[in-house]
Amino acid sequence: MKIPTAIITMLFGVVITLASLWYGQNNGWMPIAASQEAPLVDGLFNTMMTIATGLFLLVEGAIVIAIFRFRQQPGDNTDGPAIEGNLPLEILWTGIPVVIVVGLSIYSFEVYNTMGGLDPMASGDRQVVQVAANPDAQISGLIPGDSQARPDRVAVGVGASPQTQGQPADVEVDVLGLQFAWIFTYPQSGVVSGELHVPADREVKLNIKAQDVLHAFWVPQFRLKQDAIPGRTVELRFKPQIPGTYPIVCAELCGSYHGAMRSQTIVEAPEDFDAWLQSQIAMTEAGENTVAMVPETLSKTDRLALRTADLGVDDRTLAQLHHTGHHH
Amino acid sequence: MATGMRAELATPNPDFLGFENYNGVLTLHGTIMIFLWIVPAGTGAFANYLIPLMIGAKDMAFPRLNAIAFWMVPPGGILLLSSLITETPGAGWTSYPPLSTSSGQVGQMTWILSVLILGTSSILGALNFLTTLLTMRIKDMTFYDMPLFCWAMLATSALVLISTPVLAGALILLSFDLIAGTAFFNPTGGGDPIVYQHLFWFYSHPAVYIMILPMFGMISDILPVHARKPIFGYTAIAYSSLAISFLGLIVWAHHMFTSGTPGWLRMFFMIATMAIAVPTGIKVFSWVATIWRGKLRLNTPMLFAIGFVALFLIGGLSGVMLASVPFDIHVHDTYFIVAHFHYVLFGGSVTGIYAGIYHWYPKMTGRMFNETWGKVHFFLHFVGFNLCFFPMHVLGLQGMPRRVVQYDPQFATVNMVCTVGSIILAFSTIPFIINAVWSWSKGPKAGANPWRALTLEWQTTSPPAIENFDEEPVLWSGPYEYGIDLELIEDDRSVDELLEEVKAEM
Repeated sequence: MKIPTAIITMLFGVVITLASLWYGQNNGWMPIAASQEAPLVDGLFNTMMTIATGLFLLVEGAIVIAIFRFRQQPGDNTDGPAIEGNLPLEILWTGIPVVIVVGLSIYSFEVYNTMGGLDPMASGDRQVVQVAANPDAQISGLIPGDSQARPDRVAVGVGASPQTQGQPADVEVDVLGLQFAWIFTYPQSGVVSGELHVPADREVKLNIKAQDVLHAFWVPQFRLKQDAIPGRTVELRFKPQIPGTYPIVCAELCGSYHGAMRSQTIVEAPEDFDAWLQSQIAMTEAGENTVAMVPETLSKTDRLALRTADLGVDDRTLAQLHHTGHHH
Repeated sequence: MATGMRAELATPNPDFLGFENYNGVLTLHGTIMIFLWIVPAGTGAFANYLIPLMIGAKDMAFPRLNAIAFWMVPPGGILLLSSLITETPGAGWTSYPPLSTSSGQVGQMTWILSVLILGTSSILGALNFLTTLLTMRIKDMTFYDMPLFCWAMLATSALVLISTPVLAGALILLSFDLIAGTAFFNPTGGGDPIVYQHLFWFYSHPAVYIMILPMFGMISDILPVHARKPIFGYTAIAYSSLAISFLGLIVWAHHMFTSGTPGWLRMFFMIATMAIAVPTGIKVFSWVATIWRGKLRLNTPMLFAIGFVALFLIGGLSGVMLASVPFDIHVHDTYFIVAHFHYVLFGGSVTGIYAGIYHWYPKMTGRMFNETWGKVHFFLHFVGFNLCFFPMHVLGLQGMPRRVVQYDPQFATVNMVCTVGSIILAFSTIPFIINAVWSWSKGPKAGANPWRALTLEWQTTSPPAIENFDEEPVLWSGPYEYGIDLELIEDDRSVDELLEEVKAEM
């Protein structure tokens, strides 16, 4: 006896659904999630992977079946059936994608809002242009426009999540991208470093600027990225969670050594972070602030160190940066 | 060139092209593939060749304008390639300032001029397509009797006319910044680099549709012929082209989710971008429904056409993911993007161009190509492509940014796989080129209509006579009315004889 088509179709549907659900959750394509924001993005990604896997199996499966089942039989030169369409079916496959994309839009909106993307302090774009201070300098600096003076300064980027809106972040770091390195300044203590140290489970706010061309600050494990744009300050606020050392990658083509523009971020327990900060302050007072430019773990970042040396990022540039930094 | 880049990326260190050359090569690779291969081959060559034939016209509406548009391509191309001798532009095909205005002036200016020339050629072409389609269809052919390629070209031409002038404007301003020292986009003079990004993507996102819509049209024409079955949902496919064309104009800032864009704007462009999935989905489902229950002739053009649907689907699915702002923030400018747009533009557009070349080869040359080598080409293409580009999705998610010559050694193995895939892809073009050249003179004669297709271009001789048709073509069936004349074909009468009969009756 022949099994009815409806039952076979239903079985296919069940198998595709189960396979998609499993693969959506267990694809293992994402790196470790080390910030409070990362699991939200992963949840969204896994949902989209589930839907995508389902559609992939459905469509590619139909194509493969069609190739084997509906290929021309030898000697049969007739045409296929004259089916020109099927309105209910077409409405169905217009309607289902509409529901999917509306659902995904709402879900993405929620995730983005929870991450702080819609924080009015960070997501507006009341841009104030800054004008070059000394264009003849080796790396021309930017003097801040009056935006710095206004207390209600608004930047773009990802700000505080709705729960912490209006509260200052626990740690604030000024990030400067330049060809081809990142420089991190801790404004409260004046520490300058070539790698980013942040305490776990504390709100961190980065004020990102660019010295020369576009760069992009990206930590894959935080799932956060923001372009550094010459002439304006952008904000990136997040809460690192899992201690460890993660790469900081420049993700916007910024010149010949773009691929070598890498640094690292070290997420550590708050006490370790404080200890590190104290040691840096001590070193700064001893006039050795350039030491921080070459990380202790030379083996891992020697390429970066070499590059910064190549390109003349030395005490002089740093002094200059320090100079521009004093404006705020 | 592309394989050269992959060879460089086979190892984590810069040891083949080096830092400086790599950026030059990547800029030229992007620009050449877009402005000198997909746009001229897809929208230029096929549209010029097929539109008059498909609507029964003798020529395009403005033949001289057409000649100008055509002859602008070689100088533009030569100019671009000349930068290999002088100085290569190193700011990527996007040429974002301030990088593009602060690195090599000669290379960047060469790039701007050649893109301006090629862009102008594309505008002139679009004007011509639109006029031809609107005014030169043969008597009795309504819009709904046009092959779907013509609908796709209507949508494409509208996009070109609206968006390309904006790119020209952006590039002219950029060249002033570059050589005249103005500060439209230069922050040290009070300009704003983000404005360039808006102007650039206002063209360059529609450009993606300019590069894929004509292939959508070709696939909609090729599948029914070899499946011997009418296209499924003609009206839906026709209007979904127009919908994509319209939506394509209001999604550009999804390339700027991590740039200087405020939150509300990111949300608006996310929703608009997701909406494109709906008309695109209609097309994919309709194509699958077209081959479903057909009698598939699995020859080379059909394999490429089905391959197009299979590969484009993956690019479409990752496209919906990328529309989601929180996810895009993670993968923007990574290898996930590289994988996505190669699935759309290589797996999609280039596979579509191959399908088109094989399908219309008998019409263009009057001779058949070699089936066996065509199939070899397809399998090498399909396997090499997936091997090269599928692993890149994972690379991007794991943390490898695009446009780098040096990367984290943990990604070395996967990159090696990609490089092997790219070498297979490079080799896949050898059977194609030999087959195309050899069959042109030595292949068996094709006759007017070897595929027994119903659209008008198959009514004339192969290759078509001067002014296309020896005698006035007659519209005696819709473009996709397969399966209706079943008994007549069993009568052992060819389409030509049927045509004669219909003509005699009239």
